[in-house]
Amino acid sequence: MDKRTIGVEVSIAIAEAVAQADVDLIAAYPITPQTHIVEHLSELVAEGRLDAEFVPVESEHSAMSVCCGSSAVGARTFTSTSSQGLALMAEIFFIAPSMRLPIVMALANRSLSAPLSIWNDHSDVMMVRDAGWIHIFTENGQDSYDNIFCSFRIAEDPAVMLPVAVNVDGFILTHMIEPIKYVSDKLVKKYLPEFQMKDALHPDSPLSMGCFAMPEIYTETQKAREEAVLGSYDVVVRAWKEWGELTGRNYSPVETYRTNDADICYVTMGSLSENAMMAVDALRNKGEKVGLIKIRLWRPFPFNDFFSAVNGKAGLIVIDRAMSFGGPGGPLALELRSALYGKQSAPQIVNFIAGFAGRDVTRDDFMSIMIEAKTRFAKDDTSGYVFYGVRE
Amino acid sequence: MAKKIEDISWRDLETGCIVKEAGSAREYLTGSWRSRRPIVNKAHCLKCGVCWLFCPDSAIVQLEDRYFEADLNYCKGCGICAHECPSACISMHAEEEL
Repeated sequence: MDKRTIGVEVSIAIAEAVAQADVDLIAAYPITPQTHIVEHLSELVAEGRLDAEFVPVESEHSAMSVCCGSSAVGARTFTSTSSQGLALMAEIFFIAPSMRLPIVMALANRSLSAPLSIWNDHSDVMMVRDAGWIHIFTENGQDSYDNIFCSFRIAEDPAVMLPVAVNVDGFILTHMIEPIKYVSDKLVKKYLPEFQMKDALHPDSPLSMGCFAMPEIYTETQKAREEAVLGSYDVVVRAWKEWGELTGRNYSPVETYRTNDADICYVTMGSLSENAMMAVDALRNKGEKVGLIKIRLWRPFPFNDFFSAVNGKAGLIVIDRAMSFGGPGGPLALELRSALYGKQSAPQIVNFIAGFAGRDVTRDDFMSIMIEAKTRFAKDDTSGYVFYGVRE
Repeated sequence: MAKKIEDISWRDLETGCIVKEAGSAREYLTGSWRSRRPIVNKAHCLKCGVCWLFCPDSAIVQLEDRYFEADLNYCKGCGICAHECPSACISMHAEEEL
């Protein structure tokens, strides 16, 4: 059973993982491209295969509100959304981490309106980047399936107690049929202990959550929130390490591909990484010393892993799938430049905004990006960003 | 709360800033917002408790002699008690005149 490999749509695999994690409550509103995840969960509950409450709410604002209530009583809680749905739940999205509620969400990344687009980019997750959730980016279906278990493990760790978003590129991953190696329920039971919340809402031990804080104490509450997010790093790494020991599939906050002797590296998040690896292979075949750095853990940002990965590199080509309008570029490049600011012999960074709303970024695109990036490195013209592929 | 709010460090906070004790809002004195203060003329007071019943902030307290008055730590000076009092024994006075 441990080695079952099934050709399955990634959304369905994610839903199966949620069921295997034995959640107690799912509250969600269907929105493209997340729909198949919650539809399948609804079926699993209706068929009696999953003993959980499925709350079909009337909006995403309610979905996250129900999740907060559910998590506050110590129930293992899952939700899933995308784009406009995330925007609608944003108010409560910020409340979940500050109340330290270990909700897990599959966030099917999709562009924000307007104009209306149902396709993939990272505009939605970047909108809530600063809420205090742990953010993991997945690269393919197997990652997405595996990271559901890891996320519950991380979220519910007594030292963490924070919500986790598993960012899955909409359509590119959610609607792809891939061979997925399922794990057995026995393995999940071993990896994911039953959730015991230390201070859950219960009539026998009354307590209040989300209380009012005056100016005299609010700063301290936010410092506690920051320390909680930063402190989750060790647990994330440990959760991935143990998953690797059980399954042979290893994940780490920053992953590298052919970077050992590389001068220039692409930096990507999510599903772009697979095409980037193909481009790296093609360029390596031509004798070019290039590599790829993948940011898997976006929050807490893995500064030290990133510094180790870029040590000795001359240049980084950061590909962003989102934009900070009127700002200096895409959010990923912004942060990497900021992280490296003032560091001795830091690599130069050029920023490309590509793949908006599901527009393909193929292996050839990555190779064109490399040519343009090299021109910019040569001219020492690395500020700002390039809107890749935009028609002038 | 054992510590004064000004002495609480972020390390002292419970996970998720939960509050485990009841009535902690009592620590938060809100009377400083007040610009008018209710003054009770006990000679006319019926001890009926209408002021206590109507106070939107539960800031009216009953004294040992069964008369009512506003707890100035919490009274916002809204004047509802004075307006509702059936014997008109409560009058509102500007704080700066007192």
